[in-house]
Amino acid sequence: MTPAPTARLPILTTEAVTKVYRTGALAVHALAGVSLTLYQSEIVVLLGASGSGKSTLLNILGGLDQPTSGRVMFRDQDLTALGDAGLTAFRRAHVGFVFQFYNLVPSLTARENVALVTEIADHPMRPEEALERVGLAARLDHFPSELSGGEQQRVAIARAIAKRPEILLCDEPTGALDSKTGVTVLEALVEVNRDLGTTTALITHNAEIRRIAHRVIYMADGRIARVEENTSPMAPAEVSW
Amino acid sequence: MRALDRKVLRDLRTIWAQALAIALVLACGVMVLVLSTGTQRSLTETRDAYYERHRFADVFASATRAPLGLLPRIAAIDGVAQVEARIVFTAMLDLEGMAEPASARVISLPALGEPALNLPLLRSGRLPDPLQPDEVALSEPFAQANGLQPGDRFRAVLNGRLRTLVVTGHLLSPEYIYTIGPGAMMPDDTHFGLIWMREPAAAAASDLDGAFNDLTLSLSRGAHTESVIAELDRILAPYGGTGAHGRDRQMSHVFIEGELTQLGAMARVLPPVFLIVSAFLVNMVLGRLIALERQQIGLFKAIGYATAEIVLHYLKMTIGIGVLGVLIGWGMGWWLGHAMTTLYTEYFRFPWLDYRPGAAPLVVSGLLALAAVVIGAVRAVAAAVRLAPAVAMSPPAPPVFRRGWVGDLGAALALRQTTMMILRSLSRWPGRAAVTLFGVAGSVAVLVASFVTFDIIDVVMEDIFDKANRQDATLLLHRAVGERAELDALSLPGVLLAEGVYAVPIRLGHGSRSKLVSLMARDPAARLTRVLDDDGRPIPLPDSGVTLPEALADDLGLRLGDRVRIELLAPPRAPWDVTVTGIIRQSMGQDVQMNRSALFALMNEAPQVNMLNLAIDMASLSALQAQIKETPAAAGFTLWADVRGAMEATMNESLITMTLIFSALGMLITIGVVYNAARIQLAERAHELASLRVLGFRRSEVGYVLVAEQMLLTVVAVPVGWVAGYGFARLMTQGFSTDIISLPLMISQATYAQSALTVLAAALASVLLVRRRLDRIDIVTALKQKE
Ligand SMILES: Nc1ncnc2c1ncn2[C@@H]1O[C@H](COP(=O)(O)OP(=O)(O)O)[C@@H](O)[C@H]1O
Ligand SMILES: [Mg+2]
Repeated sequence: MTPAPTARLPILTTEAVTKVYRTGALAVHALAGVSLTLYQSEIVVLLGASGSGKSTLLNILGGLDQPTSGRVMFRDQDLTALGDAGLTAFRRAHVGFVFQFYNLVPSLTARENVALVTEIADHPMRPEEALERVGLAARLDHFPSELSGGEQQRVAIARAIAKRPEILLCDEPTGALDSKTGVTVLEALVEVNRDLGTTTALITHNAEIRRIAHRVIYMADGRIARVEENTSPMAPAEVSW
Repeated sequence: MRALDRKVLRDLRTIWAQALAIALVLACGVMVLVLSTGTQRSLTETRDAYYERHRFADVFASATRAPLGLLPRIAAIDGVAQVEARIVFTAMLDLEGMAEPASARVISLPALGEPALNLPLLRSGRLPDPLQPDEVALSEPFAQANGLQPGDRFRAVLNGRLRTLVVTGHLLSPEYIYTIGPGAMMPDDTHFGLIWMREPAAAAASDLDGAFNDLTLSLSRGAHTESVIAELDRILAPYGGTGAHGRDRQMSHVFIEGELTQLGAMARVLPPVFLIVSAFLVNMVLGRLIALERQQIGLFKAIGYATAEIVLHYLKMTIGIGVLGVLIGWGMGWWLGHAMTTLYTEYFRFPWLDYRPGAAPLVVSGLLALAAVVIGAVRAVAAAVRLAPAVAMSPPAPPVFRRGWVGDLGAALALRQTTMMILRSLSRWPGRAAVTLFGVAGSVAVLVASFVTFDIIDVVMEDIFDKANRQDATLLLHRAVGERAELDALSLPGVLLAEGVYAVPIRLGHGSRSKLVSLMARDPAARLTRVLDDDGRPIPLPDSGVTLPEALADDLGLRLGDRVRIELLAPPRAPWDVTVTGIIRQSMGQDVQMNRSALFALMNEAPQVNMLNLAIDMASLSALQAQIKETPAAAGFTLWADVRGAMEATMNESLITMTLIFSALGMLITIGVVYNAARIQLAERAHELASLRVLGFRRSEVGYVLVAEQMLLTVVAVPVGWVAGYGFARLMTQGFSTDIISLPLMISQATYAQSALTVLAAALASVLLVRRRLDRIDIVTALKQKE
């Protein structure tokens, strides 16, 4: 459907990134040397068994966490050299997150959850516009408890894209949803990618979803097992699981 | 409004009951501060303005008879600004419709115009006409208590002659804001008053033509009070000077100062407890809220909120609770301040007294309260923002429980599993248990410190009225007479027993320190009035030497066996060194006791008395009173039953009201702490408790887990609170003790028991309130709820 981006401009690059978690005497090598480049405006799907290090990688890419060794470059900027304040500024300016369990603030309405981001962003869209993009124009003043799972996830997407981020990182955004609802969420993601050119990385358990991506990265045991190019991504509606 | 700020408001609304509980505890601290410092300030400012406008004197002196010709010499003393010589004496009154005699202090007004110092304030009518010797003005409270209006007449015994006087007006005086009759312990407006009379009439009535017996001075700025007093004493000594003194020995002033001291003590002792408990409560509640919101905090960080912004968010929430508490506290403090000030106007006769706390108590209490909650929040908030965003986003690991001592104990005692849940929870969250423990203990302590008031009143009243003073009445004489008066008094109607006392002002000195006090010289064999030891047992007065109240001995740095200098401020005036042979606890006054024959042996004179304590056959009381009204030697007659009645009335009105208020405040701490702790337990363990229900546990069995944990902590907290309460009560009695009153610290078992029971009841009520919520929880929903 969407053609692969013609000019392949690198936006995020990792070089031999490792992440070791130590709990007592035990050391878990969540990432065992990952080198990877994300290009501008592409959709990448990360696949892999549970525990293979997908979330860890995504968190490091988004500046939520620092690697144990290796380097992460955002364009010309070395993220691994940044402290807490620097990472916060990076996330604030460039990254949008979507998580499996939505992570909406229960005491704020849909509109206010989005406003949470637009209030601290530089050139945000209006919260109403963001919610309209994900098809929630009619649900502006509902609290999370009054929304279905799919609607809550779409609010989360609206919140992630409202600041027009260059990078959108989604950790199992459809994991908690049934297939029909999942499709509406993916459609929202693809539309944002097409309209705004947002680089999107998406973790999923569901191998079928790989069909909407430009590239698919397979992970196993903290390493990249292989990378697949997809010349003709399908529309989410055509995918079923 | 920003989205995060909306969250603050909505979160506060969700935890409103808990927020309110904290706010109320906080409000108590704020209230006590506003009440005490505000009242203190109102009282001080009113007094100072009154003193200033009505030229309250700085130095006071009296003598037996000093020629007016001394005045230029006195005015010439370095530092003296103004001199006012007066005639002051006591008169017995015979008021219509009153069987018992009343007495009054007669104070002279200048022959013309107004006095230069201690200017009375005319409240109604006019000042007496200098040409009408029978015209007098009365103190307003006395006139009102006896219904004496301008134009009314009443009878008085002046200089042994029964006279009829005409009231011209009502006055108030800065010298008599608080008025106590001679030998009395409480103000008694019905039986004691002030009479202002023009000087020629007063001189004629007291044989003091061309002389004065009372002197007041104002000093110029920067004058050295001590040296003026010393010089004045030197000048007046040949004329029977009884020792000049500054405002610090002026009765009315001393009582107001005492009240101010007590307000200060209240402001220092109580608010810290409430503020500290609120800080802990905020810590507990916010800590819990933040634990619940760790994923949201992770999210705020993920989407780029800086740590400072997140900290600010939770601080705003804290400040919301703080502001609520401060507003409630200000309101209650303001209201009680008004009530208390109104109460004061019954004892302190100011021309005006309004509760005007000014901004300072409000600002200070507000800032302290906000500081307390913010400090309480800091730890919880810091813990939250230290989380790395990626960690915060994942649900917290289930709490780690260890087998440990709880397991061993449980196995050993074969405890039920629900009891094990309680013990594990206590050992897993010791900090939280400590907050409850500390709070409840604080509550018990405040209660002990307020209930102890009743114990102290009991002891003081018993000491004064049942043990030390068993006389029915005290008759004051105009001048000292021989011991024969004791026998003469027996011929008065109804007098069963008469015991004389010689009371004389003295200067008591030790090293460089000295104090003006009264010396009571009495017969060691006296049965009506006795000296008590520390345990309240009557002890015989030592044959020689002086016996001092403990507070006075401390002031002068005196111990048993020390030599002390006594200087009689009446002839023969010579100073003697005597041994301190007794130090006793004495609640009221600073009287020094001495064996009468020992004193008069020193003076080389036949023993005398100027006061008679009487045991009376009450059936003949009215005959006795009628007789005394016409006895020229009598200067005052006090019925001890009246004194006791007046004292009890005062206690009931002010002290007991205050005590009840503080008890309510004490209970509020328990309610605030236990309610919050139980709500947190319920919220955290709803899932767990619902599972128990699924397993077939009954509501009561599940409720037990919740109720028993809080009650267990309360029970453990009680003895801790008792110990703290003892310390508090000590601080309070020390803070409340003044020159005039020194309070003994006696805590009865009833006080300990009542404070424990009150707190247990408050705790049980609070936790049962939360249990009702537990009963309403829907099992299925609770099971689905994901933390
Ligand atoms: N905070 C952590 N502490 C310890 N081990 C962790 C932590 N986060 C992840 N891990 C471990 O790192 C490995 C990779 O985890 P993760 O990246 O979450 O995998 P995935 O998202 O692919 O399921 C797993 O073995 C996991 O247990
Ligand atoms: Mg994962």
